[in-house]
Amino acid sequence: MAETSAGGLSSDDALGHASAWREAGKGVALATVVKTWGSSPRPVGSQMAIDEDGNMIGSVSGGCIEGAVVMESRGIIGSGTPKLLEFGVSNEMAWEVGLACGGKVEVFVERID
Amino acid sequence: MKADTLRQTLDFRIKKLPVAVVTRIADGAQGLVTPTESDGALTLSEVTQGKVRARLHDDRSGRIDAAEGDLFVQALNPPKRLILVGAVHIAQSLVPMAQIAGYDVIIIDPRGAFATKDRFPDVQLTEDWPDEAMEKLTPDHRTAVVTLTHDPKLDDPALTVALRSEVFYIGALGSNRTHNARCGRLRDAGFGEAEIARIHGPVGLDIGAKSPAEIAVSILGQITQTLHRAAA
Repeated sequence: MAETSAGGLSSDDALGHASAWREAGKGVALATVVKTWGSSPRPVGSQMAIDEDGNMIGSVSGGCIEGAVVMESRGIIGSGTPKLLEFGVSNEMAWEVGLACGGKVEVFVERID
Repeated sequence: MKADTLRQTLDFRIKKLPVAVVTRIADGAQGLVTPTESDGALTLSEVTQGKVRARLHDDRSGRIDAAEGDLFVQALNPPKRLILVGAVHIAQSLVPMAQIAGYDVIIIDPRGAFATKDRFPDVQLTEDWPDEAMEKLTPDHRTAVVTLTHDPKLDDPALTVALRSEVFYIGALGSNRTHNARCGRLRDAGFGEAEIARIHGPVGLDIGAKSPAEIAVSILGQITQTLHRAAA
């Protein structure tokens, strides 16, 4: 059985935590890998939930870009406007982080309203 | 995402029903699509719904270019299933490994001494005869079947049902000699070579596995390989 946290949710269950955090009255964002190019650590559809305090559950890479996604999430939790983030070796958007594996990913981040 | 949409999505998951969450990248508008219905703020044409359902069926999340815009389809299917015939020692290792890998595991063994809650605490157990049990489970394209008893009167009925279904993986424990004999019996029962070739036997990847746990690794490795090589 997968590890479960106190709430009975699996420790990597992004959707379950997003819902539980929202119901507890927290600001929550959901990040989803919507496209990948080349080698990328997590496949399309991988998800991460982020709460207003910066807690995260799930993953969108092998740990390379999670920090940047959490940072971006703060603004999205505030504004409610979803955003498509792009990460890769090309660094077109001047991100300070990239994927060491040389892949490229697009991550869609939205607020849970 | 609206909290309502998220709740509905989780509700489908609890009920073990497939659902696709469709998101328009431009504005985040969303809709839900099931094999028979669609719902939500983002209204989708029949053509687009068809494309979404194809992805849901194939368990393939991804972008589609549709009349409604640049859409992302998140395919959320219930867990894949692994049906094991034989509540034997290898099964005790294979069950937790498969569960960690995301499978719902079901064990069939009509021999009451084997399929006990003590030996298999977190698994669905059935003591029905394998063919009957398999038919009740309606194995589909997201199901794998592995027979582990070595006993033709238990393994063969399960294999017979598996071969008549869309299961993505069939494995049968036993040596080359055992497997050849098995293939002979299935031929006599009317199965063709192509059908019989669907059975992985001897089961598992050739990694020199010896212990029950190592054999479980080789079986789960082969199931994973079959799943993803078929999709590629």
